[in-house]
Amino acid sequence: MHIVVLTKPVPDPAAAAERLGPDGRLDRAASPTVVNGNDEYALEAALKLVEAHGGEVTLLTMAPPNAADTMRKALAMGATRGVLVADPALAGSCVRSTDEVLAAALRELTFDLVFSGFDTSDGNAGVVGAAIAARLRLPYLSNAAKIEPDPDAGRVRVRRITPTGYDVVEAPMPALVVCTQVLGEPRYPSLKGIMSARSKEIASRSLADLHLDVATVGGAAATTEVLDSRKPPARGATRIVRGSAEEGAAEIVALLASRRLI
Amino acid sequence: MPRFWVVGEPNADGSISKLSTEIATLARSLAAAAGGEAVGVVVAADPGRAAGELAGFLPRVIAVAEPAIAGNAWSIPAAEQVAAVIGSDPDGLVLLGAGPDGRDLAGTLAVLSGRGVLANATAVAWDARLVVEMSAFGGKVITSSGFTGPGGIVTIRPNMVTAEPLPAPGTVEDRAPGGDATLPRVAVVDRVEEAGAAASIEEARIIVSGGRGVGGPDGFELVGELAAELGGAVGATRAAVDSGWIPYSQQIGQTGKIVKPHLYLALGISGAIQHKVGMQTAETIIAVNRDPDAPIAEFADLLVVGDLFEVGRALLVALRGRSG
Repeated sequence: MHIVVLTKPVPDPAAAAERLGPDGRLDRAASPTVVNGNDEYALEAALKLVEAHGGEVTLLTMAPPNAADTMRKALAMGATRGVLVADPALAGSCVRSTDEVLAAALRELTFDLVFSGFDTSDGNAGVVGAAIAARLRLPYLSNAAKIEPDPDAGRVRVRRITPTGYDVVEAPMPALVVCTQVLGEPRYPSLKGIMSARSKEIASRSLADLHLDVATVGGAAATTEVLDSRKPPARGATRIVRGSAEEGAAEIVALLASRRLI
Repeated sequence: MPRFWVVGEPNADGSISKLSTEIATLARSLAAAAGGEAVGVVVAADPGRAAGELAGFLPRVIAVAEPAIAGNAWSIPAAEQVAAVIGSDPDGLVLLGAGPDGRDLAGTLAVLSGRGVLANATAVAWDARLVVEMSAFGGKVITSSGFTGPGGIVTIRPNMVTAEPLPAPGTVEDRAPGGDATLPRVAVVDRVEEAGAAASIEEARIIVSGGRGVGGPDGFELVGELAAELGGAVGATRAAVDSGWIPYSQQIGQTGKIVKPHLYLALGISGAIQHKVGMQTAETIIAVNRDPDAPIAEFADLLVVGDLFEVGRALLVALRGRSG
């Protein structure tokens, strides 16, 4: 079984230093970079499946060239190899361009399953997976809480979380699955994993390698643009109340009443 | 004269989702500002009820009965039919919900219709062009964005506008499925309803939420009682979900749902960044926590320092005393 996991390096949310540059693009120098948290759940799910069924896990990333350092952490968790699509023309790519580039990179790879994370902590869009599936005409199974491939039958079954419970959905492989954290906590890289990750292959691809034209993908061809960015309005001061439980409850009721919430 | 297409999402029982009626209301105001038209599209195996309900909010709704949706995941065949309907309108702007089905449909439609996507809008306005407000980096930055060309797809978060019906309902136009329905289907082999996940927290006006401090599933009974008394839904932090006290569908935060209720009552929640990003735009935030130095003290409107069970029970008594 061969699984490709889409991984995006994102500014570390814990560092809380993310910002946009004057061009409306992410200021990548402002913040340390980590593997997107939701992609780590996808990677963990992929690693467990190849442990059970045999096979390999390939990371696919579209990012600046220095993203290889961040990819090493995901390789240390146990992925077999990485593919990094990096090209100066990709800065400022929109969703449509991102899915086209990743789809082109996937066409070069052999796989049974492609996993993506639920969304990214920087952009939060969560639509690239569906777009890649449509572009490659792969079955698209989203919001997975459980993934059960049947390699002999060439099919995959997924428990898809719905607002009121879950659906069990099924499709032939190859297919694209959007993973959720319900699949299980990502592992920490072992020391052995960290050592071996240093020598694992990260193949680089440019737009020219993928036969893509900078006139149709990347920043110059973006379908969306940031017009303006600002900090959110500050919240008012916090009122802190100490006292008996009844006094505390009375304070809450008073605030609810004053704001017409009860 | 731009056209605003509202993709109506049917609920499991065939009714229209509340979020779709909010988006319909928004589309009407955009159409009025832009001198354009707002049109609904409902795609389902049997779209009659949802289309009729959506027409309570839009002057014109197109209903496409697509038999392929019966027994298959909704978003792919629905996206194909929406693409067919808007195919003759390359300048059209498509508005839909930012829930799981909406985002699935948006990604597919982006490729089928060659349009860009702006996701999870918190406000949409017309100012000679469509201006879409979104929050980036978990709410640390607010952006205003637009499409570089004509046409586009915007997914919109719940509770951004209040749904207002039309004085007189619009018309429903039945249309046969068309276009190029060639994307692979995903079969739904079973549907399971889980208790406790009934109230959608993304659409809730009031959320009472519990964290690690709630201590266990028994503690969530008090959270549930308070939510019921206030007419709200139950939310939770990742720690509470990971402990198995409450289903993932109720999780709020970076890897869960992002909510914007009128009231967020946080019980035993410290307010770590991963949770904060999911609820910080709530209009009123009230926290009960033993620790006066918990991070939530920095962004709540009111922090009651104390035991969440003692304060929670006292609050329940006080609320029942008011209503009784």
